[in-house]
Amino acid sequence: MKPQVRAEAETKPDGKKSPAKADKKKAQTRKPAGKKKAPPASRRRLAEAVTEHIVEIVSDSGEGAQRCGQSFGSIAARTGLGIWTVEIIPAEIQPPARSVAGASGNRVRLASRRIMNGGDEADLVVAFNEQVLLSRVRANELKPGCIILLESKWRDDPDPAIAQSYAEVTAELTAAGYRLHEIPMEEECVRFVPDTRRGKNMFALGMLCNIYSLDLALAQAQVRFAFRKKDEKIIDINLELLDAGYQWADANLDLKFAIKAARPRDPQIVVNGNTALALGVVGSGMEVCAMYPITPATSASHYLSDIFEKVGCVVHQAEDEISACAFAIGASYAGKCAVTITSGPGLSLKQEGIGLAVMAEIPLVVVDVQRGGPSTGQPTKAEQGDLLAACFGGHGDAPKIIMAAATIEDCFYSVITARKIAETFNMVVVVLTDASLATAQQPFPRPRFREDWLAPPIDQSAVPEDAKPYDWDPRTGMIERFIPGQPNGMHCLTGLAHDRASRVAYDPEVNEEGIRNRSLKLAAFQRTLKTPPVHGGDEGDLLLVGWGSTKGAIEEAVDRLRAEGKAVSSLHLKFLQPMASGIKEVLQRFDKVMTIENNWCDMPDGDLIDEYNRRYSSLAWLLRARHLIDIDCWGETRGQPIKPGRIAEIARGKLS
Amino acid sequence: MHAPRTECLLNLIDQEYAIRDYQSDIPPRWCTGCGDNAILTAIQRLCRDEQLPPEKTVFVSGIGCSSRLPHYMNAYGFHGLHGRAFPVAEGIKMRRPDLHVFVTTGDGDCCSIGAAHWIHAIRYNMDMTVLLHDNQIYGLTKMQASPTSPRGLKSNTTPRGTQLDPLNPLTVTLGVPNVSFVAQAADWIPDVLFDIISRAYHHKGFSFVRILQRCPEYLPHRFDSWVRDPASMRLLVHPEGLQLSAAISRTYRNQEVHDPSNLDRAREVASLTEEIPVGILYQNPEVPCYEDLREGERPNTPGLIRTVLDEEFEKFTIWPEDHDEVRAD
Ligand SMILES: Cc1ncc(C[n+]2csc(CCOP(=O)(O)OP(=O)(O)O)c2C)c(N)n1
Ligand code: SF4
Ligand SMILES: [Mg+2]
Repeated sequence: MKPQVRAEAETKPDGKKSPAKADKKKAQTRKPAGKKKAPPASRRRLAEAVTEHIVEIVSDSGEGAQRCGQSFGSIAARTGLGIWTVEIIPAEIQPPARSVAGASGNRVRLASRRIMNGGDEADLVVAFNEQVLLSRVRANELKPGCIILLESKWRDDPDPAIAQSYAEVTAELTAAGYRLHEIPMEEECVRFVPDTRRGKNMFALGMLCNIYSLDLALAQAQVRFAFRKKDEKIIDINLELLDAGYQWADANLDLKFAIKAARPRDPQIVVNGNTALALGVVGSGMEVCAMYPITPATSASHYLSDIFEKVGCVVHQAEDEISACAFAIGASYAGKCAVTITSGPGLSLKQEGIGLAVMAEIPLVVVDVQRGGPSTGQPTKAEQGDLLAACFGGHGDAPKIIMAAATIEDCFYSVITARKIAETFNMVVVVLTDASLATAQQPFPRPRFREDWLAPPIDQSAVPEDAKPYDWDPRTGMIERFIPGQPNGMHCLTGLAHDRASRVAYDPEVNEEGIRNRSLKLAAFQRTLKTPPVHGGDEGDLLLVGWGSTKGAIEEAVDRLRAEGKAVSSLHLKFLQPMASGIKEVLQRFDKVMTIENNWCDMPDGDLIDEYNRRYSSLAWLLRARHLIDIDCWGETRGQPIKPGRIAEIARGKLS
Repeated sequence: MHAPRTECLLNLIDQEYAIRDYQSDIPPRWCTGCGDNAILTAIQRLCRDEQLPPEKTVFVSGIGCSSRLPHYMNAYGFHGLHGRAFPVAEGIKMRRPDLHVFVTTGDGDCCSIGAAHWIHAIRYNMDMTVLLHDNQIYGLTKMQASPTSPRGLKSNTTPRGTQLDPLNPLTVTLGVPNVSFVAQAADWIPDVLFDIISRAYHHKGFSFVRILQRCPEYLPHRFDSWVRDPASMRLLVHPEGLQLSAAISRTYRNQEVHDPSNLDRAREVASLTEEIPVGILYQNPEVPCYEDLREGERPNTPGLIRTVLDEEFEKFTIWPEDHDEVRAD
């Protein structure tokens, strides 16, 4: 809300900027206005205090449930609640209306503490028709007794099939013990907008704000922000709808919750993982992002395209991923370290280029926003299936650095770190995120830009006469790269085996010297890594090991298990290749170790799977190979974030 | 992140570059009589005549016999991946307009595995000089048919002759929107080859020169009839285009006055089958270059990055005092 208020303050006739004051005034004058119409009923109705709730809002796609959910999350965050939002994405781009496959919306988890994942089942669901609601019921996403706020207009639908379906579903859900509230949203909204497909979402937002005792003025500011690119009339209509929803819930619903907010001491920003990633690209000082559109990576490039030119930089949409990677390599070679952002299928296409960058020691940052695979797989769904492809996907011996972002905040800082490592070691750094981080929102402390995030200006000074482009340091394998424009540095870079002068060389010694040094750099880099901290206790019965977006869920599961008195801890790896020293010692302090990953592993429970043929989860393979410890694994490939409750259940099973 | 530092460039070298200053210490390893040698010579002559600083000149190639060329130049070279020379060169040029970028590529490299990049490179029209060494065969991998091989050519993968008509790199290039420079040369007319490469170099944009290049190793007689019969070569001349020396004019009497701005005629000439056009088929200096269209308005200084990031953060920020307002209620 801040920026709008400031913008208003700046246009004050006296020209004096007093944002803070203006802010307060606005907020105060707006609030009573909002509440005037309302009877003091809300004051009488006592809010039930809860520490957290999971709220879902689902509709046909195009009805705005996603915007409602995101706004709801932002308003909650602004009052100081911990939030984590998860997008509910339909399986198809243009799904038929009122279909189970078409459910689109958002899940918002609210809590009085900072939260790191989307949680388990929902406590309250707002649904615009019974079919989209059914999709959530079928997916077991609702708690027993979950509160349902359902659009009631379908009950009297002129199409008897629809009316019947509505009646059946509502009867079934009531019988199953869900607390169903039928709400005449259409009837209430039609007073403000002729096309309720665009507007009901703000009515729903108003209801939710009332139910969760959120401040109406904050909600109004958020609506203004969400529609900032629209004209004043549209904003007004949406404000009216918001208000109507708020008042309606106040007058008609006997539902009121209060979640105590923990006041954040520093400013926070609320963005999703892809936005954080794009901001990280800007912060890293990289000038070129070469990409080819692919879900779920695209939204990062969309946002970056919007802001990158403001800092004089370029998002280049290449003709394919092969070209995008080669373009980025060209820019990096010329001294302008570049990033290429993609998802699984694109990573496969980039592999030859990545191999060249490894061979020729050109810095390069590759971001893989993982989705379900193989092949086109599940474009919009979360999976951690690319770890091994990132480590070993290319041909030949191609050592590169693989790191994974575990939180939204991490998406921001990982790119900055990756650029630094890439340029220091002249290596390829692959940053793995995934569809669940890409679209999830969570507040994190507003970063303060630091100049040391950026690379120094490119060196165009003459290189010493006798220097060679691949003068591998015998201890670290590191080189000083020569950049076009540097006098005396002329050489022909090649993807062929080459000697220190970059001359093509096939003799056995020269070939091995190159391979050895490129490998040595990975070891040199590895020495800079710190052993990651253990969450929970330093030793115990069971250690859960994870990487990437599962961190929040795993740690929450560990907290619950420890609260039950179980000696369970977790370890989360940011660097997957190379891995920090000391991990083996951590693993050895626990009786049992298992990885929890959002990828496939065989479970040795059928007739066919045994220790000779079992395929492990990716990280489990890596840890078993590295540490010779009998590490177990559990994984899910359901296309959605793993829930803490499920992890806790698996861990209990492992302990018994 | 910033523009390249220029101080070091100010101590201008008063030394003049000679041909040998563009020769690397690696002797060319092409077969005797290989047309690539003539192309290398022409390029080194161009660099000398233009006095291109070797450190400011980059030769980008793919994979193939022809793509070995950067190794033989004393300049920056990028001998990368089969088919991917164009996107690499684009990436280089994008943020380094100060560099002179050349691309050397083969008929397999450009017209087969790199065909998608070729089409789009024409469209981007970035300022670079492109030399397609078209020997109508895969040389490096030992004689497989290429997309430009004549129909019926027997090769290791087509022992009974190819079944398809060849792709014509000239008509393809001329068919792409944004095309800005298309020429054809032959390795066996070195003076004209040089003149055409020089014109290509001076054109700002994607200057595409298809060079008919002899491969005595695998197609020893493929170009014989043209080499022996100057009348089979049609030289395109124009006051705005190629001009011939008296000596060349005497040998190559089959000439056509062709206005390089005439795209329709260029396409007709490019489609000739009985005769081989040599010269500048098309040139349009007005087509904008992608790197200019995409040039940032402001350099990305740390100060600017800070400002823009702060502006963006601002949009997403929750201030602790928001909270106060709620309490003030
Ligand atoms: C991805 C990939 N596929 C295949 C090859 C093998 N290869 C190298 S050069 C070449 C063809 C070269 O032909 P051309 O481009 O005409 O160059 P020439 O040798 O004739 O100059 C092939 C198929 C390779 N290096 N990389
Ligand atoms: S094989 Fe042909 S193209 Fe390759 S170097 Fe020999 S003559 Fe030249
Ligand atoms: Mg060839």
